[in-house]
Amino acid sequence: MADAAFRGYERAMIEIMSACVQMRFSFRRVGAMVRRYWYLLSSSWPRVLDLVYWPTVQMLMWGFLQLYVSQNAGFFARASGVFIGSVLLWDILFRGQLGFSISFLEEMYARNLCNIMMSPLRPTEFIAALTIMSLVRLSIGMIPVSLLAIAFFGFNLWSLGFALAAFFANLILTSWSVGIFVAGLLLRNGLGAESMAWTIMFLFLPLTCVYYPVAVLPGWLQHVAWLLPPTYVFEGMRALLIDHVFRGDLMIEALAFNLLLFALAAIAFAMLLRSAREHGTLLQTGE
Amino acid sequence: MMPIMDACSSSAVVVDRLVKRYKSTTAVDGISFRLASGSITGLLGGNGAGKTTTIAMIMGLVTPTSGSVTVLGVDMPRARYQVLHRMNFESPYVDLPMRLTVRQNLTIFAQLYAVADVAARIAELADEFGLVELLDRPTGRLSAGQKTRVALAKSLINRPELLLLDEPTASLDPDAADWVRARLERYREECGATILLASHNMNEVERLCERVIILKNGRIDDDDSPERLLARYGRETLEEVYLDVARGRQKEIAR
Repeated sequence: MADAAFRGYERAMIEIMSACVQMRFSFRRVGAMVRRYWYLLSSSWPRVLDLVYWPTVQMLMWGFLQLYVSQNAGFFARASGVFIGSVLLWDILFRGQLGFSISFLEEMYARNLCNIMMSPLRPTEFIAALTIMSLVRLSIGMIPVSLLAIAFFGFNLWSLGFALAAFFANLILTSWSVGIFVAGLLLRNGLGAESMAWTIMFLFLPLTCVYYPVAVLPGWLQHVAWLLPPTYVFEGMRALLIDHVFRGDLMIEALAFNLLLFALAAIAFAMLLRSAREHGTLLQTGE
Repeated sequence: MMPIMDACSSSAVVVDRLVKRYKSTTAVDGISFRLASGSITGLLGGNGAGKTTTIAMIMGLVTPTSGSVTVLGVDMPRARYQVLHRMNFESPYVDLPMRLTVRQNLTIFAQLYAVADVAARIAELADEFGLVELLDRPTGRLSAGQKTRVALAKSLINRPELLLLDEPTASLDPDAADWVRARLERYREECGATILLASHNMNEVERLCERVIILKNGRIDDDDSPERLLARYGRETLEEVYLDVARGRQKEIAR
């Protein structure tokens, strides 16, 4: 079993190295794929509405809850904006991954994956296009919502400045790593793995301590939580909003774990793509 | 007999002892053939005979269990990115994004295949395939025949040297199917492209192909020109030959 896993890993590394040798990264091909998703998004108002609708609902619900408890509890009065900050940063993580995965799923829904996979588009270019679309979709969803948070609750996410940039960079990196892994699962298992695209990030919700400090978790689970890069971001956000301290050390640790997670996701993707080619699942993009 | 080196250099596709197994199922069982450059070859066989798997291995979408595939001198799937821009593919079972207009779809694929003058190539194909009026219409709102014309235009966007077609006229009415066949013949004549065509339509194969490979249970059951197959089986049509092969009567006939 371990031997087979090692052989799989070894072949995946050969696949990655071979891809690197053959790689002549083309920004034109990346641009073509971004254009393809932009055409789709801009031609469909329900798709655009969907990007804004749920983050707005979430922000309003948590914002009003925060308003209520801050009027009744001294701690929450001091911790102004923690809930709204948490929900906005959580949405960067969640929507970042969804933006990546939904663009990929669009190829499967359209039965176009076969055309794409036999075109000269390299997997690295495909992933680059998906990351750009993740940013585009996130911007469409989150910028209006962050402005609404100012209008409704006086919470200005943008005032976090450099800290926001550090939080964003770490969260988006995690979301892309998870997106890459999910894309591999979809290639290998077809639409049978679709639910993973929608739900996998919810595993991060309790473990990365979005709404509460890590200290709340049982001791053994805290060790697991500290293996996940977003945990450092949410702890960092609480340190900033409650204690008014920017924890650069937490951001560097998050980045280190993110680089590891990204490398693992890339290896997993290469292994799943190789397995998809072996099992012929690139031809069967249905269930 | 052609010397081996000459045969290799004039072959667009070389398939050598190709095997594909999925767990206990053998989809392709040790087939070998070469496709001469500029030829049109038909791949015939019933459902599950191994046609689509063979084409998928030639395209590099499926990794062979054993054996090898060489396309335009390049080993597939290992070095596929050296050759994918010189080939293309069309199948009625693979769609183009429906919400995008015909022009948008063709533009995207032209860019993916690094076509030099995208607008000129799209205009040329639109003219040739009667798509001028349809260019700004969403692909999903076209009829089956129109969609096939768009899919064919996409498959020729990069002027491929190797064109793989999986049942290109399935679900088309006879007039539309005839129109498609005429365009394929013309493309081959003009560009000298090699075409491999999987089909259930015997008339199509008889008209277009100078060679027919008949697959059964993942193996090559027969491989010859349509004329010689008809003569050898003593039949009037390729459909009758196909039925002889499918029902295992070829050995009787050979006796």
